[in-house]
Amino acid sequence: MTADRPTITSRWSRLLAAIALVLLPAMLVAPPATASTDEPPCEPDDETACIAVLVLNADNDRISDVAITVAGAGFTTDLTTTADGPATVTAPEVGKYTVTIDPATLPGDQQLPEGAETELTVTAQTGGTARAAFRVGPGAEAPAAPSGGESSDGAPADAGTADDGEGVGAAPEGDASERDLTFAQVWQQIGSGLRFGLLLALASIGLNLVFGTTGLSNFAHGEQFALGAAVGYITINQMGMSIWLGGLLTLAVCAASGLAQDSAIWRPLRKRNVPVMQLMIVSIGLSITLQYVIQLMIGGGSERILSRNPQPLTIAGVTLSTASWLSMVVALVCVLGIAWFLTRTRIGRATRAVSDNSALASATGIDPDKIIRIVWIMATGFAALAGLMWGVSFGSFNWQLGVQLLLLMFAAVTLGGLGTALGAFVGSLLIGQVVELSNLFIPSDLRYASALVILILVLLFRPQGILGRRERIG
Amino acid sequence: MEEFLRILTQSMGELLAPTTAAYAMAAIGLNLHFGYTGLLNMGQAGFMLLGAYGFGITLTSGGSFWLALLVAIAAGVLFALILGMPTLQLRGDYLAIVTISAAEIVRWFGRSTLWQEWTGGASGLQGRYYKEPFQELSFLPDGRWALGPLEYINTGSDSWWTRIVAWGLVALVLLFVWLITRSPWGRVLKGIREDEDAVRALGKNVYSYKLQALVIGGAIGALGGVIFALPAAIVPDSMGRTMTFFVWTILLLGGAASVFGPVLGSMIFFAAYMFMRTGMRALAENTGVGDVITTTNVEQIGGMLVGVTLMLLVIFRPQGILGNKKELAFNVR
Repeated sequence: MTADRPTITSRWSRLLAAIALVLLPAMLVAPPATASTDEPPCEPDDETACIAVLVLNADNDRISDVAITVAGAGFTTDLTTTADGPATVTAPEVGKYTVTIDPATLPGDQQLPEGAETELTVTAQTGGTARAAFRVGPGAEAPAAPSGGESSDGAPADAGTADDGEGVGAAPEGDASERDLTFAQVWQQIGSGLRFGLLLALASIGLNLVFGTTGLSNFAHGEQFALGAAVGYITINQMGMSIWLGGLLTLAVCAASGLAQDSAIWRPLRKRNVPVMQLMIVSIGLSITLQYVIQLMIGGGSERILSRNPQPLTIAGVTLSTASWLSMVVALVCVLGIAWFLTRTRIGRATRAVSDNSALASATGIDPDKIIRIVWIMATGFAALAGLMWGVSFGSFNWQLGVQLLLLMFAAVTLGGLGTALGAFVGSLLIGQVVELSNLFIPSDLRYASALVILILVLLFRPQGILGRRERIG
Repeated sequence: MEEFLRILTQSMGELLAPTTAAYAMAAIGLNLHFGYTGLLNMGQAGFMLLGAYGFGITLTSGGSFWLALLVAIAAGVLFALILGMPTLQLRGDYLAIVTISAAEIVRWFGRSTLWQEWTGGASGLQGRYYKEPFQELSFLPDGRWALGPLEYINTGSDSWWTRIVAWGLVALVLLFVWLITRSPWGRVLKGIREDEDAVRALGKNVYSYKLQALVIGGAIGALGGVIFALPAAIVPDSMGRTMTFFVWTILLLGGAASVFGPVLGSMIFFAAYMFMRTGMRALAENTGVGDVITTTNVEQIGGMLVGVTLMLLVIFRPQGILGNKKELAFNVR
């Protein structure tokens, strides 16, 4: 998204850089001492991949002033090591990089051992630092031991390899549980939580609208979300469309899938008066089908919608990619738009009437079928938009994105109140905070579990949710 | 022709495979939940995974086979109590959401590094750590034995001994379920499925009966997990939502609220699934179809067809093969 709007971005970033300078003391979390290059050291986050190079002697002391070359897809940079810390560089793209050491720059008594490679290959991944370590000097073991792809903060890199199972997910995020807790970290997590919450809200409002108007807990809604990311990947990454054109096409395709679903499956079933529970299992069947359709479309691995390295942007002390900030704005605008639509427009009011009492609504001249068709189109369209923006702002996703998020959406709407549009919004924001903040205390592979624990606790103590009405639960 | 015979043999092998028995067992448990009581348990894989962990962890830490079996059942019972107590008073789809979430929580904890020394993390518990006590119980002689074209070793992972124990357990549980569902207790369950309020008016504690059904069905599901673990390893990611949905498809295919439905459903499901995948793979390898459908696509198309089957079943023949349309739990509420 960034490259399409350079002027706005740069103006904003200058302004924000000024704000960030003011807030800088709060953000400093013991930065590692910098390399001798003028650039600041690379700090990995959700969107940034770093490569760090170390040259160590047998006593694990760093050797300074060694020339290093890092080369990857169309990218080459020279580094010089220092004694203070690893020399780091920001990788422009995730992928494999070759790190080459120049033996001539090594100190005389610290030469490379016999037979040691002068080249190491590392795999840069977002949210982590790929380390390349060279062992030099007497007593160093012959093959230098690279720990390529090691995440600097212990985050499991499961997204890249989640081919086989139902892995924890789409976003390789930093696991902060092993760091010391500072205010800046909490603040950063709150910012990430807001991003999570807003995107989740945009996705789950559709789930809640469908539930409100038809009574169906749509298990295929998560796949509609993932479909947005998958179609976006195909149009933007594979077919090379611009993000706006590809995004619009994605929305059109996904909204059309909602319309097709309603007229091919849900409306005929409504006409036959099929019980809601039966519909729910039909939606599970649809969810399985769509899951494999998505897998056919994008394959079993992790994919990225934008192949560029994202530009970080700091607002009020929270650093997220520019695409993330834009996504958050779009999500907020959409949510507000939906709220306006539901409360101020004729069709929106009719939607709420059908939601309240379908029979009564049709007695007043509202055509529930028409309303429900609109609701399906809206639900699938906004889910796709959320999925697309998710894929853009969280970096990578895989075909399991849908089911992962479905349960969080259920948690959000249950927490907020099933069947209430505002409830989905409030619930989503809370779930977003829970997921991201729990990152600070528990291993990051369990952060989604925390949201589901909340879901179960809500059902224990306040089953109607924060904003729900008692009658809905009975 | 030879190729076709091979595919046919492979599909026939699925009829007796331990995995088929495991899914049949899980479906029997789910049948008690959904078919007889009308509970929407979407987390049967969670019960299975807990059962498998209970079994595997007890054996790896030195317990006997029988103790491990008891621990597995206890794990299922405990899980059912934890899930059921808060949610059984709520509407059906809440139970569905809670059970699917709880099953996911179990899987996430299983694959997390938190208890890696017990669960083996994402790569799971390897079979060699827990299989020995089970295989020592075998009274079969060494060697191999063939039943028609199906030939397996007598004792080992994919063996006759595993098959005998698996299907023996299924037969026992089937007998148990047949007995309890035709008892007065079983009639109360069916009453709850048909009309909860009517049963309540008769002075029965509906909540307690539902909880009992959830516990018994969950324990049976845990046994299914044990059978699933016997020939293989305990890998959390292979026991996730997909497993639950397969169990549902099996139950609805065979016929909910019928005694033999789950077993028949499981056999047909796996034989057809295997036939379809091996058949497509053979087509892809030997004919021009291979240009369009690659071998990886076969798995995906197979999965899609399972989803479509589930949808079509629920829409057009919700009672399945053996079920009775009048006994369908869908009509509740």
